[in-house]
Amino acid sequence: MKAAVLVFPGSNREGDVAQAIELVTGQRPQMVWHGDGDFEKTDLIVVPGGFSYGDYLRCGAMAAQSPVMAEVKRRAARGVPVLGICNGFQIVTEAGLLPGTLMRNSHLKFVCSDVHLKVETSQSLFTNRYQAGQVIKVPVAHAEGNYFADDDTLKRLEDRGQIAFRYCAPDGTVDGSGNPNGSIRNIAGVFNETKTVMGLMPHPENATEPMFGGTDGKALFEGIVEALT
Amino acid sequence: MTIAAEKNPPVKLPNEPAITPQVVAEHGLAPDEYQRLLKIMGRDPTMVELGIFSAMWSEHCSYKSSKVWLKKLPTSAPWVIQGPGENAGVIDIGDGQAAIFKMESHNHPSYIEPYQGAATGVGGIMRDVFTMGARPIANLNALRFGDPSHPKTRHLVSGVVAGIGGYGNCMGIPTVGGETNFHAAYNGNILVNAMTVGIAPTDKIFYAAAAGLGNPMVYVGSKTGRDGIHGATMSSTEFNEDSESKRPTVQVGDPFVEKLLLEACLELMATDAIVAIQDMGAAGLTSSSFEMAAKGGLGLEMALDKVPMREDGMNPYELMLSESQERMLIVLKPGREDEARRIFEKWELDFAVIGHLTDTERMVLSWHGDIVANIPIPPLVTEAPVYERPWTLTGLPPTLDASKVPVPKDWNASLVALMSCPDLASKAWIWHQYDHLILGNTAIRPQDGDAAVVRVPGGLSGGGHKGLAMTSDCTPRYVQAHPETGGRQAVAEAWRNITATGALPLAVTDNMNFGNPQKPEIMGQFAGAILGMAEACTALDFPVVSGNVSLYNETEGRPILPTPTIGAVGVIDDIARAVGSRLTQGGLCIVLVGETKGWLGQSLYLREACRREEGAPPPVDLAAERRNGDFVRAQIHARRVAACHDLSDGGLLVGLAEMCIAGGTGVEVAQPAGNTVPSHAFFYGEDQARYLIATGVADEVLAAAQKAGVPAVVIGHSGGPALVVKGLVSLALSDIKSAHEAWLPTYMNATE
Repeated sequence: MKAAVLVFPGSNREGDVAQAIELVTGQRPQMVWHGDGDFEKTDLIVVPGGFSYGDYLRCGAMAAQSPVMAEVKRRAARGVPVLGICNGFQIVTEAGLLPGTLMRNSHLKFVCSDVHLKVETSQSLFTNRYQAGQVIKVPVAHAEGNYFADDDTLKRLEDRGQIAFRYCAPDGTVDGSGNPNGSIRNIAGVFNETKTVMGLMPHPENATEPMFGGTDGKALFEGIVEALT
Repeated sequence: MTIAAEKNPPVKLPNEPAITPQVVAEHGLAPDEYQRLLKIMGRDPTMVELGIFSAMWSEHCSYKSSKVWLKKLPTSAPWVIQGPGENAGVIDIGDGQAAIFKMESHNHPSYIEPYQGAATGVGGIMRDVFTMGARPIANLNALRFGDPSHPKTRHLVSGVVAGIGGYGNCMGIPTVGGETNFHAAYNGNILVNAMTVGIAPTDKIFYAAAAGLGNPMVYVGSKTGRDGIHGATMSSTEFNEDSESKRPTVQVGDPFVEKLLLEACLELMATDAIVAIQDMGAAGLTSSSFEMAAKGGLGLEMALDKVPMREDGMNPYELMLSESQERMLIVLKPGREDEARRIFEKWELDFAVIGHLTDTERMVLSWHGDIVANIPIPPLVTEAPVYERPWTLTGLPPTLDASKVPVPKDWNASLVALMSCPDLASKAWIWHQYDHLILGNTAIRPQDGDAAVVRVPGGLSGGGHKGLAMTSDCTPRYVQAHPETGGRQAVAEAWRNITATGALPLAVTDNMNFGNPQKPEIMGQFAGAILGMAEACTALDFPVVSGNVSLYNETEGRPILPTPTIGAVGVIDDIARAVGSRLTQGGLCIVLVGETKGWLGQSLYLREACRREEGAPPPVDLAAERRNGDFVRAQIHARRVAACHDLSDGGLLVGLAEMCIAGGTGVEVAQPAGNTVPSHAFFYGEDQARYLIATGVADEVLAAAQKAGVPAVVIGHSGGPALVVKGLVSLALSDIKSAHEAWLPTYMNATE
């Protein structure tokens, strides 16, 4: 599997996700500069975490208009899988590839912490190595991860199985206690209609080694490799 | 000294005010210092020149009160590559890699404007580290706030923590450790000490000394604005009720630009185009340019009109004194300007050739062709004022007898109260606002160990992967009671915290926060702390490689507690052997290492439970520290240790409770039979050089201890959901944990 990881000037978890991909594929992904509207064909495009262009405006709003994102949109329309993590989720959402929006955390503070996620479906190229209902532990690190969508959109997402992950308690209970940012219906990650684009706030790339946060995030990358190889 | 003849006397700027004694005083120069200036210049200075002297001779930049004492600290060891005097200290950590680190204060700005003050403190210290060619791998911070009931404290905590997080999180450098205390002595003057640790190849370290006649001097980074003018001078005076009016002297940070600057600098450093590089920190363009020229023994001509400016109408005085952030000064090899410019333009940063090196040893500054300053560089540096200020050492208070300290009426309540007092309560509310996981190398996280342990990128060492342990420590109440003991203890505790993870402590950065040095008792605190630190650093082979001095931490004449914060770094060859302090399994023996005499003087128990701050602080036996620490580290390396925690604030019982609630496993312990220390002194005393070890092979540990001459005794075993001390304490861990975790969020969420 060949992967591309986008690099905006303020990206800062591009190395973490590149390392995770290298760990499961044995191959360093291609790093693609934000001004590069024409990059090598790849099986997967990752939009990593960070602060794109500083994000002093609404997070991801400027990045969504960048040359590289114009190309990502074209490729996503052709079905090339896109994974947006944290700031990448914000960017992909701002670019219109995913429904909803990410607002300021309800408590108005940055939060970095391990969280528990309930896997909503194993029926996607991103989650095929998990069981539906499985609880995994991965960290979050963001100030604007409070997912919001209007009722109609939420209904559509639920009906079509487009919710990928929900924040939950360690025992899998989906309630306020496990929700780190106020996201509506505890939504941590969503798919587009074809499930070829996924965005999530948590960082599976920081949960791929036993000594450094556990390995619950590794299966996500392994699943992608399996689906795309 | 003979001064090179001045060929080009400067012109005065339009509307330049006359230099009256009042103007001189406003620049923080004492009358005799001004006489010294006149002697060096041989004429009246221009305003630009006066401003330059003012900044360079400020306490902050010149260390004029502290220099004579700082010389007493040991600064060398075979593994020290660069000691104090550069942007940061550099130590060899093996395999061709160096750790580069420093701690620096941003106290005054953080009190005036907590978010920006703290944020730019973090930005400044990171620049100090990456200026030397290192990619930062971790940040730490040591914070001291006023009494929680003081009306400003909540606002300051909130702003400082958000500011530190806002900057470090955006930069993508994990903030992995630190400490936070509260005491009324900081009500009017908080402390914000930030530390950065970076990694570089030992053969790719960059220094500030300029070299090469005619080489271009290049300005990169952000544009210069009018923020932070006279910041260094502001930081060198006491506070009074007008301090709010000094808000414009605080800089405003832009972490996004610093991230660009970091990447651009490291990209340029990967070429061989750089001769010397220096960040613009305190006193901005002034101190950076003078330091580079002085260290290289050269002169410098700069055209200030070439400096990228943020706003119209700026003048040379403002340009030289602005402390706008995210700027660097670089001496390039000749002909490499275009290559360097391309890199900075790629990162959308300013790049301007603003001058060149000369052999005149003079700083000649021009403004649209007119010379506006012409200063001989060597005397400004070598003849800077140095004071041996009068000092009075603090005497050792009498030892407090444990029999004079009340026994807890209710042991359970006393432990819960201590675990939830402001100094000991969980600081999770703080470090959850710091991205402590980015880069994916954090092996021991905040609160999981005595020191943070971070994997060294590229640090393959033998069969394992190398890690760095890092911590920051000081117990100001000990330093206040007896500065020499307190200085010794701060170093010893940092050494212990590194040791407790299994790492070998290597070197120290010190951040000396004190009151007004013109008061003999304050200067005596400084002197005493230095003497104690020097003794401990020598005994523990723990040299000081970098540091920062912050004086005049007083408001309305009331000084802070003397706070010599010790930042420390150690190395562990195989990170898989590092241990934390979390007790995660039952069936282990709990071994107390070190001697317990039951020292209650200056203990937290005395302060929190008895509302008394008195007595001598616990003595620090450096030979015992070394012996016990080396023993503990050897046990960890031998894989005999499941968890380890040094004993400090709150003593044995607090240390035990911290291990239990962090790992979710209870214990049952008892005071050893035949031990005659009164129970409250045994369990709450703060004797030094002690550790708790959880081990599955107590026999082996005890045998090794006996062989090493180290006191060690099994006091109980792990297991169950409660902390039980036979006959005294029986508490569900959940009760301790909820009290421990509730204090800070409850306090911060309250509205008055």
